[in-house]
Amino acid sequence: MTATTATLAPSKLLPPAARRARRRSAALGLVAWVAGLGFCLPAMWMLLTSLHSEADAATNPPPLAAALTLDNYRQFFGADGGPSPWPSLINSLSASVFSTVLVLLLALPAAYALSIRRVRKWTDVLFFFLSTKMLPVVAGLLPVYLFAKNAGMLDNIWLLVILYTSMNLPIAVWMMQSFLADVPVSIIEAAQVDGARLPTVLTRIVAPVAGPGIAATALICFIFSWNELLFARVLTGVVAQTAPVYLSGVVTSQGLFLAQLCAASVVVSLPVLAAGYAAQDKLVQGLSLGAVK
Amino acid sequence: MSPQIRSEQARQPKERKRGVRAWATRAPLLPALVFLIAVTQLPFVATLVISLFDWNPLSPDERDFAGFSNYTSVVTDPELRDSVCTTVLLTASVVVATVVLGLLLALLLDRSFFGRGMVRTLLITPFLIVPVSAALLWKHALYNPEYGLLNGALTWIGELFGDTSPPQPDWISGMPLIAVEAALVWQWTPFMMLILLAGLQSRPAEMMEAARLDGAGSWQTFRYLTLPHLRRYLELGVLLGSVYIVQNFDAVFTITAGGLDTANLPYTIYQTFYNAHEYGLASAAGVVVVIGTMIIATFALRVVSSLFREEANRA
Repeated sequence: MTATTATLAPSKLLPPAARRARRRSAALGLVAWVAGLGFCLPAMWMLLTSLHSEADAATNPPPLAAALTLDNYRQFFGADGGPSPWPSLINSLSASVFSTVLVLLLALPAAYALSIRRVRKWTDVLFFFLSTKMLPVVAGLLPVYLFAKNAGMLDNIWLLVILYTSMNLPIAVWMMQSFLADVPVSIIEAAQVDGARLPTVLTRIVAPVAGPGIAATALICFIFSWNELLFARVLTGVVAQTAPVYLSGVVTSQGLFLAQLCAASVVVSLPVLAAGYAAQDKLVQGLSLGAVK
Repeated sequence: MSPQIRSEQARQPKERKRGVRAWATRAPLLPALVFLIAVTQLPFVATLVISLFDWNPLSPDERDFAGFSNYTSVVTDPELRDSVCTTVLLTASVVVATVVLGLLLALLLDRSFFGRGMVRTLLITPFLIVPVSAALLWKHALYNPEYGLLNGALTWIGELFGDTSPPQPDWISGMPLIAVEAALVWQWTPFMMLILLAGLQSRPAEMMEAARLDGAGSWQTFRYLTLPHLRRYLELGVLLGSVYIVQNFDAVFTITAGGLDTANLPYTIYQTFYNAHEYGLASAAGVVVVIGTMIIATFALRVVSSLFREEANRA
């Protein structure tokens, strides 16, 4: 449509008011670009610094034309015999993946009971789920720590899996409830009249409609688990250390190497960036607890 | 047999059947409910109990019932009182700044322009950096007085104007709380922008069109149509932002380690039980945080439920 208006009315033929509006709109577009680049600048700076040598990174003013290198990444992954980050990355990955799977297993049936075959007072139940999310984690941390200590579960990845599941379950129930509510009940009933059983209904009707939303929910749960620092710091030590804990320890243990620190931050952030860009549209719905569609 | 007993016998199987069906409907809900109650509510009850005790594992013999004395300490201890103030200040300033910035950005992104999708992606990037990474990035790559980006930029600008010794402030020790706030604002503005953008895009198009035909200027449209429509979304942003930022631990822990009067309650509680081993005191402070959050959360739930009801009515 813009193409046709452009050919029919070249900007010179537009009335002055329209020309002014167009110029203003172009200017605002430019402002948006500047804001976008400005907000992204620290992240881009992190990436750029991670590709500089340690000496170049520590130069003031910043060296824009310095040579790029992958040395920091090699060093981060233990090329020079330093502590390998792999165990912590794998711990983070397993804690996040296992807890996401557990969340889905618990939340899907619950969301089904709250949206498709509704229990009575389903809104009250939904709000109970939400209210648990508002309970600050720090208020329950000490008892969990004491319990884990006495049960010999400190420094254990499964404890994190359980805690991350409880942390993400309310959000997942909320999001999936809203995605499953989008499945037209009339179609389900028609299929049941035609003799379709539950597995067929789920795979042929529910999954295609709610599938993308469920996938986004899983990605968001993954992000939150991957990002978590407080539980992981208090409850893990050497064996079950996660990537954020490793990262927060890099600085203290090896002194400050700026470029290497940036490389480490980039590596740890990559899974979240990938998951976040993939779930972009549903991200806000998840974070606002399903209230904004 | 009295008629009453007979009718009850007749009703029983039917009721049992209905009961069975009701439980079949409820059953899928139970695992999630039981799990959540066990993992989130029970520890909190334990926190409540511990908060009534004088308990430090370093002197195990002296554990005894203390009543509300831990709570009096929370209120009177200057350090804890400071951290209550810091928490309020930190949360309020970050939430206000992110909402204002987020609204401006959402208004910009609501128009169509070249590469809008790309700008949106650029803007949400700060939110997708792992919080610890973000805090480390700000602390070392931006704030560092010797080779951080901020002072680097000052040097560079100074050189442009022939100034060989431009100011090189030490950002974190000079303005510690603002340093933490700036990093948090950077991370949370995208979140506010996304919520407000969703609000802007849910404005009924006919209404905006009608206003334009009636000759309303853009400021008038914004003031009398957009802003009232956005109210719910602004409230939601403020409340959810508060709930998330009150609980912030990563930024305070990483950037200042709670020093220089930047310790907020989550950090102080962590310190109190993890380093100082004052279990009772830490628990009492935890309960105080919960009470504060509950006050915010009650509002949050009301806003969410009103949005939710609107949604349900539309469906």
